[in-house]
Amino acid sequence: MSTYSLSDGLASGAPHLSRAPWRASWVRDSGAGVLASVAWIAFGLSCLWWEDVGDWSRTHSLGITAFVIAAVALFGTVGADYLGSTGRALRQRAPWLVVLGVFLTLWEVATAKFAWLPLPFFPPPQSIIEVYTDDLPKLLDSVFASVKLQLGGYLIGATVGFLTGVSIGWSRAVGYWVHPVLRFIGPLPATAWLPIAFFTFPSSWSASTFLIALATGFPVTVLTWSGVASVSNAYYDVARTLGAKPSFLVLKVAIPAALPHVFVGLFMGLGSSFAVLVVAEMIGVKAGLGWYLQWAQGWAAYANMYAALIVMSLLCSGAITLLFSIRDRLLVWQKGTVKW
Amino acid sequence: MVAATALAEIDAHPAAGAALDIEQVSHAFDIDGAELPVLSDVSISVEPGEFVALLGPSGCGKSTLLRLVAGLDKPRSGTLREDEARITRPHPSRVVVFQDPTLFPWRTVWDNVALGLEAQGILKSQRHRVDAALDLVGLASFRNAYPHQLSGGMAQRVALARALVNDPKILILDEPLGKLDSLTRITMQAELVSLWQRKGFTTLLVTHDAEEALVLANRVIVFSDRPARVKADIRVDRPYPRHRGDPYLADLRRQILGLLGLDATW
Repeated sequence: MSTYSLSDGLASGAPHLSRAPWRASWVRDSGAGVLASVAWIAFGLSCLWWEDVGDWSRTHSLGITAFVIAAVALFGTVGADYLGSTGRALRQRAPWLVVLGVFLTLWEVATAKFAWLPLPFFPPPQSIIEVYTDDLPKLLDSVFASVKLQLGGYLIGATVGFLTGVSIGWSRAVGYWVHPVLRFIGPLPATAWLPIAFFTFPSSWSASTFLIALATGFPVTVLTWSGVASVSNAYYDVARTLGAKPSFLVLKVAIPAALPHVFVGLFMGLGSSFAVLVVAEMIGVKAGLGWYLQWAQGWAAYANMYAALIVMSLLCSGAITLLFSIRDRLLVWQKGTVKW
Repeated sequence: MVAATALAEIDAHPAAGAALDIEQVSHAFDIDGAELPVLSDVSISVEPGEFVALLGPSGCGKSTLLRLVAGLDKPRSGTLREDEARITRPHPSRVVVFQDPTLFPWRTVWDNVALGLEAQGILKSQRHRVDAALDLVGLASFRNAYPHQLSGGMAQRVALARALVNDPKILILDEPLGKLDSLTRITMQAELVSLWQRKGFTTLLVTHDAEEALVLANRVIVFSDRPARVKADIRVDRPYPRHRGDPYLADLRRQILGLLGLDATW
């Protein structure tokens, strides 16, 4: 059997590659950026080429902005080598810029220009920009109210849940009394308490804080408890032979060992508390993004609804990002945590 | 491997070993309502500074005896004494190194070694002892590593440092080398002997490896099957470092394997 050389197999392909290697690498590095630029130029043209079917004041500035973004995408990716980490980041995200440009173009054409989508329900991009520029104070007030309510309720719920979970996991007596209550009340969706909470609490704000805390507290309690309960006895044995007192066993063994579970509980609690926040604001509280959504619907101001929805999504995602970065900092000792 | 400063540190604090008296100790477990006896009338008297190996078939109750010596469990009957004082609960003068290193994964190597001093509330003034213990096991450069970054042998060395930093009077070793590869095992056996010779603590080693017992200990106690009774108490009068090929040790090994019912394999 003759020996087979690798280069024989590659020989046919090699000259093809060597003819224009710079062209191939240029397309690989900057192709997406050029395409993104084309997509955003298309978006800009779609804004300016036809007349709007409705009366929107930001169409012209939106078109100009699209051209600016197209220029940034083009020069940023082509000249990325001179822009350091910014250039690299831009190149990496260029495919998403393409998709975004195409999506915005289609959206613009389908709504503002030819009204293929029924109009009051599907507002064009420029009307959402209009909300952000013209209704900013009200929107910011709503954001502030939501953040305040969410933060207060979440911190109370997380703290109480954590302490309860540690106590149940540690003390048999606490477990005996709290566990049945937890099983009875915990699985109930916090929103089911809404009617009762709104007339038993002195204000709708305190009622909502209670409900958000409840929605947060249940998963945090259960996961903290299971985290503490699943700590290997070997850790306690080691600590005890080294002279550890019970307080040391709780604070320096049980809690750090349970922390990965606790963060799963905090994450789940965050998700369910968002739901309660929005419902509470829609029904009882006279402030916040949920209320803004409700208000906008009442006035058939659909652009305001989409604008608020986008802000809400950014806030929720930001909260989860924050939680995960705290977790990554506290749990550096773990291998392979999920990147959010 | 051992830095000179660490040696000086250790010589400055010679920790003498304690005597250990195990008097007519019996113990049993409750398993599904049935009583399972694990130790039956065990009496062993250990001199200060002795290196005693406890050898027996797997599952015979040796590790249970170690837990009683550590004070982690209380015997059903009989008493255990450390230097005349009755053992009722764990104390840092009797430290255990388990088969698994059981390092706390959320603590760095340094913080793991500091555990005992921290638990006793004396870490602030005694930080140098942690550094000395890490030097002693040759892992000073890994002080900021996390346990998941260590090999099995390194992790067990950290566990050893975590025990030694407390200057124990009795070091309790529960098959600490059982899960290591054979090369690391031989290296660490030699390190154990030199640490014991230098520091003078009393050592109790549970193992099911007759050769390991004979290379390390100056007394080998052979246990019967469960419930464990003392079957033989063998003095090993050979100077250190010992050689595995020593005919005297080979002869003892044959005797011990015979006691364990394994003479047919020879």
